Amino acid sequence: MSDKPKNYMNPYLAGIMLGLVLLATIYITGRGLGASGAMKSVEVGVVNAIAPNHTANAKFYQEYFQEHPNGIFNNWLVFEVVGVILGAFLSGLVSNRLTFKLERPEKVKSATRIVGAFVGGMFFGLGAQFARGCTSGAALSGMAVLSTGGIITMFCIFGGAYLFAYFFRKLWL
Amino acid sequence: MGPLIPSEGLNLVIGLFIGIAFGFTLEQAGFSTSKKLVGMFYGYDFTVLRVFFTGGLVAMIGVVILAHFGLLDMSLVYINPTYLWSAILGGLIMGLGFVIGGFCPGTGICAAAIGKIDGIIFVIGTIFGVVVFAEGYPLFEGIYWDKYLGNVQMNETLHISQGLFVFLFMAFGAIAFIVTQIIEEKVNGKPNPVLQPKSRYIGFSALIFLLGLSAFILPNPEDYKPAQIKNEVEKGNYQVAYISPDELALRLINNDENIKIYDFRPPEQFAKVSLPNSINLKIVDLYRKGSNKLISGDPQIKKIIIANDEKDAITAEEIIKNKGYKNLYVLQGGMQAFTNDIINFKMPVTMAGISPNLIATYTFRDNASKTIEQLIKDSKKSNVIVKDKKRVLGGC
Repeated sequence: MSDKPKNYMNPYLAGIMLGLVLLATIYITGRGLGASGAMKSVEVGVVNAIAPNHTANAKFYQEYFQEHPNGIFNNWLVFEVVGVILGAFLSGLVSNRLTFKLERPEKVKSATRIVGAFVGGMFFGLGAQFARGCTSGAALSGMAVLSTGGIITMFCIFGGAYLFAYFFRKLWL
Repeated sequence: MGPLIPSEGLNLVIGLFIGIAFGFTLEQAGFSTSKKLVGMFYGYDFTVLRVFFTGGLVAMIGVVILAHFGLLDMSLVYINPTYLWSAILGGLIMGLGFVIGGFCPGTGICAAAIGKIDGIIFVIGTIFGVVVFAEGYPLFEGIYWDKYLGNVQMNETLHISQGLFVFLFMAFGAIAFIVTQIIEEKVNGKPNPVLQPKSRYIGFSALIFLLGLSAFILPNPEDYKPAQIKNEVEKGNYQVAYISPDELALRLINNDENIKIYDFRPPEQFAKVSLPNSINLKIVDLYRKGSNKLISGDPQIKKIIIANDEKDAITAEEIIKNKGYKNLYVLQGGMQAFTNDIINFKMPVTMAGISPNLIATYTFRDNASKTIEQLIKDSKKSNVIVKDKKRVLGGC
């Protein structure tokens, strides 16, 4: 067995697989896939542990607790995202892609990539709150059920990325 | 009929397995590397667009097909609500995050799972992004809840048929696939080795195109079937069994336990006046998940279908008959006739020249009018109005 990473799956085939996973999800559970919701749970869990007085008083957390009466982590998306971690790990394992490294374009410094990943993540996390979901929960799942908001968000994510791409080309090219 | 909606504990376990399939697929597709993800914004790698759009289209068409064949009750499926300004603003902020960070939350998690440090940092970043939102919430609250359009679907927003919208969306996807491949080849100066031979992809596109066309002839049954049946009713094309107002009145007075009344009048009217032992239904309820539990499956029970208009009752009767129910009766003349002949019956002032048979009928009606008025009063609390079930709560 060679240690060379295997090729990625044909994109259209992977797309069909992704579509079928999403369709099965909708048929079984009546809801779509998601990712950022689990991060919200983690955020609420951590802040709640550090500063319970704050979460008891701030409106954002009060609304969260009202919407999640079963507890912060007893939540479908949290279980689904734990699955995503396992699934991605499994895929990395069978395709020899497990590593421990900072991936960055050659011309880009490690520090730049680290800051970029953090700041980019922050924007994504913030935007996902406004849009009530991220690329998975709002854009992809919204598209499957023809949701107006989901489709608008999808076009804004990709449109916005194209709009801003020129200004951040030094991070990638 | 879907969605199956398993019990809470089981649902969580299913969520775990769905997540495994989701994560595995994303990683196999190459979504665990930021180079591939941002490639589409700089023109050198459109993998993400191909996977994402194919996935969305497959799921969309699947949903439309399942709904068409009555296998998926869309009124129970979570449709992301639309808060217009927030959806736009959030999308743009995420776009900014995408080109700076090189991931989105789902793909960042995949990258982190296979040990990419940039993925781990990105995920930590998103958690801080939520902190920013939480702390600024009093400031953002206004725009966050503004311009609410409901759980609307794009075809409703654009006032076009669902089929046309799905078709246009597919056409958009197909064009995007072709154009981005041309761009990619120009930027890289060579064809993508993964996407050869081309003939296979032309065949594939044709298949997608045909599927898209099929969406035209796949509207949701509740959107066209009742109108279709009503049209046939107008032409008098159905043979139905009738029950006369007098017979129904007699059975009600005798407290006949072998009848059940299905009332298709508007809920407001039903709330005001409804016959004993009756259920208020809407035509769409017959297309909902669990509709077979609404109507008695006992073949001994006479199922009496009433509406204001006899033709509406026949429409409902035909839909119920198509589901395999037997022993169905339509109230002759509709609730209109029952109201005139029984509930509001007034004895003629003079009986001169009226046949003895008719006099007997009139006497019966006069008595029935009083008895049934009392029955209606007594049954007011026990009668059922079928409420809409709640959608599944989803989203991030």
